[in-house]
Amino acid sequence: MKRSLPLILAFLVGFVVILSEFIPHRPFNQIVSTLEQWFMIISGFAILLGQISLIRMNTHKIVNKLPDWQYYLAGLISFALMLIFGILWGMQETPGLLGSGEGISSWLGAKPFDYLFTNAYMPLSATLFSLLAFFIASAAYRAFIIRGLESNLLMITAVIVIIGRTSIGTMLTGWLPESMQFWHFPILADFIMEYPNSAAQRAILISAGLGIVGSSLRIILGIERSYLGGEK
Amino acid sequence: MKLTAIVERRIIYSVLLLAVALPLIFPIGWTTEVSDYTRIVYELVETTPEDKVVIVSFDYDPSTMTELQPMAEAMIEHAWKRNQKVIATALWPMGVQMAEQAFTKVLLDYPEKKRGEDFVNLGYKVGGMVTVQAMGRNLMEVYPTDNQNTAYQDIPMLKNVRRLKDVAWISSLSSGVPGIKEWMMVARDNYQVPVTGGCTAISAPGFFPYVNEQRQLYGLLGGLKGASEYESLIGRLGSATTKMDAQSIAHLLILVFIGLGNYRAFRNKRRQNS
Amino acid sequence: MISFMNVFGIWIAAFFTISIFSFLYKDNPFYKLSEQIFVGLSAAYWLVYIIYSIMMPNLFTKLIEDFSGNAILLIPAGLGLMMLMRLHPKTQWLSRYPISIMIGTTAGISMLRYMKSDILEQVTATMINPFSAPDAAGVVGNLLLIIGTVTGVYFFYFSKKQEGIFQIPSKIGIWFLMVSFGATFGYTVMARVSLLIGRLEFLLRDWLHIIT
Repeated sequence: MKRSLPLILAFLVGFVVILSEFIPHRPFNQIVSTLEQWFMIISGFAILLGQISLIRMNTHKIVNKLPDWQYYLAGLISFALMLIFGILWGMQETPGLLGSGEGISSWLGAKPFDYLFTNAYMPLSATLFSLLAFFIASAAYRAFIIRGLESNLLMITAVIVIIGRTSIGTMLTGWLPESMQFWHFPILADFIMEYPNSAAQRAILISAGLGIVGSSLRIILGIERSYLGGEK
Repeated sequence: MKLTAIVERRIIYSVLLLAVALPLIFPIGWTTEVSDYTRIVYELVETTPEDKVVIVSFDYDPSTMTELQPMAEAMIEHAWKRNQKVIATALWPMGVQMAEQAFTKVLLDYPEKKRGEDFVNLGYKVGGMVTVQAMGRNLMEVYPTDNQNTAYQDIPMLKNVRRLKDVAWISSLSSGVPGIKEWMMVARDNYQVPVTGGCTAISAPGFFPYVNEQRQLYGLLGGLKGASEYESLIGRLGSATTKMDAQSIAHLLILVFIGLGNYRAFRNKRRQNS
Repeated sequence: MISFMNVFGIWIAAFFTISIFSFLYKDNPFYKLSEQIFVGLSAAYWLVYIIYSIMMPNLFTKLIEDFSGNAILLIPAGLGLMMLMRLHPKTQWLSRYPISIMIGTTAGISMLRYMKSDILEQVTATMINPFSAPDAAGVVGNLLLIIGTVTGVYFFYFSKKQEGIFQIPSKIGIWFLMVSFGATFGYTVMARVSLLIGRLEFLLRDWLHIIT
């Protein structure tokens, strides 16, 4: 019962969704429309679950004084601050429990939630990802080595695209006569993106698409059950 | 002199830092060429009649705002220039703030544009593809209110917009999943609404096959370069254009690194052979 | 006061930016602190938006304003609560019901959408007359597009071992994939550098006022 009823549910839901595509009339379209609304609400709870798990895990590390527990405490404090600010005064145009917090907003120049978002979250998020620029530069030096025909193809294309997508490409081959415009770096880069690249990416899309259709069918038919977890 | 791996790495990092910083301090003013992918996006917005309602979906967070925020600002400006009304939505929660920041910036040049009449921020909804499908049936069910808590039916510009089919085009600025692919799959392929947009450069090669004869995607802005191309088409000296010098120099430097790395590998191989 | 708080905010942002960059030298307490603060802020942000953008307008407000008209929403609310039961080992099994509804819906919709967008539409886009292009480059490009797509799909066919003559299309498919990966590397460089430019622009303009 604990396993078979969810399997039947997944089958029924998936089947009705597919059926409504071919019979887009009552009651199928109404059922699917209702399911879509429910999906959104349940997803909300799923995210809530994720946040609670994260907090539980961090609290466990702090309570048991595991290595680096001080940093987790800082994380928990920042979580609490942002949450309290958001609940009390809302964010941007959205009012919170205590309204829009005109007093504190005029003092800070923005709502406290937005102040934290702009001055802490934004720089942290953007900088964390910008570190990858350094790593890719290092990878270009260490790992991007010609070893055979395939790596040659990869290298040549990469070089053409790197040059062609900037001003350097425009300058380097801008002098070419009209009859040789195909070899102008930006045009050559566009050609690569439009044809050979699109061909390979399309092959990936079609192949992955077939895989997704297959695994969706396996889920609906109850062959794939890993999402149900253990046997208990 | 043989450098250790750590020292080598630190030299690479420092040189890259300088290569990006110097062109920002001393701009060169190089120009770039506009690709067809960008031109198609521009044509779609340009040929859409006035007073039509359009959707710009902010499907990204601050980590990729350098690439996508200039696109958002340029597309909003272009839509307003053509007197189109802009609905902002977000499949990523941080997109709501990104939308507000973009509106605030473009409003400096278009102070006459009014919230509720010329633009509205409907905010974030979870669920990706399923939610976009729900929007195709009934927008009001998905968005009972905008982000100011104004009821959907009380927003003047949404009077005749009941579902996705009632908008002229949808632009998704996307840095991952859910994003432009979900919009294309549902809004274009299921409800036949033109879908366009932009994405981070890293995901652009994977989306180019959708810019095909059937126009699954109406063009695509790929990364900062795409944003700067769009800015040049609408005649805006935006933040993407000013960053292209640094981008070009950094690309040149990466090529030098690739060359040096290959020279080193070649030399090591020859030494091993001898 | 506003201008002081603005400046203070920019200094906080600069502190976090440099703390994250300090990881390039080596792992250190400033980086670890910033990383955890990022996780905390991020989680809270999601939570606040889930409450104000989903739970309130799509569930609670509807129930409060017109309970009898929206009583059906008690079902997803109940399913949502069952999802939270996952937190306790003894009640964990209850979460299978909402998960199965979500998985079933996603599987059904994905199957339909991927079938149309990534299979049918992509095959259609490949079935072109290669010689209809206006110039020689277009004709070559169209031929490459067709050959690359067919051989690429062939390469991904793993159900049968490709030997002898059957290896040739697979090899050609790999060449196309290599070209595409090269192009992707080029675009990846562009993407990563752009993000760095954004942060340096912040430091040089907003914090140090070196550029305008």
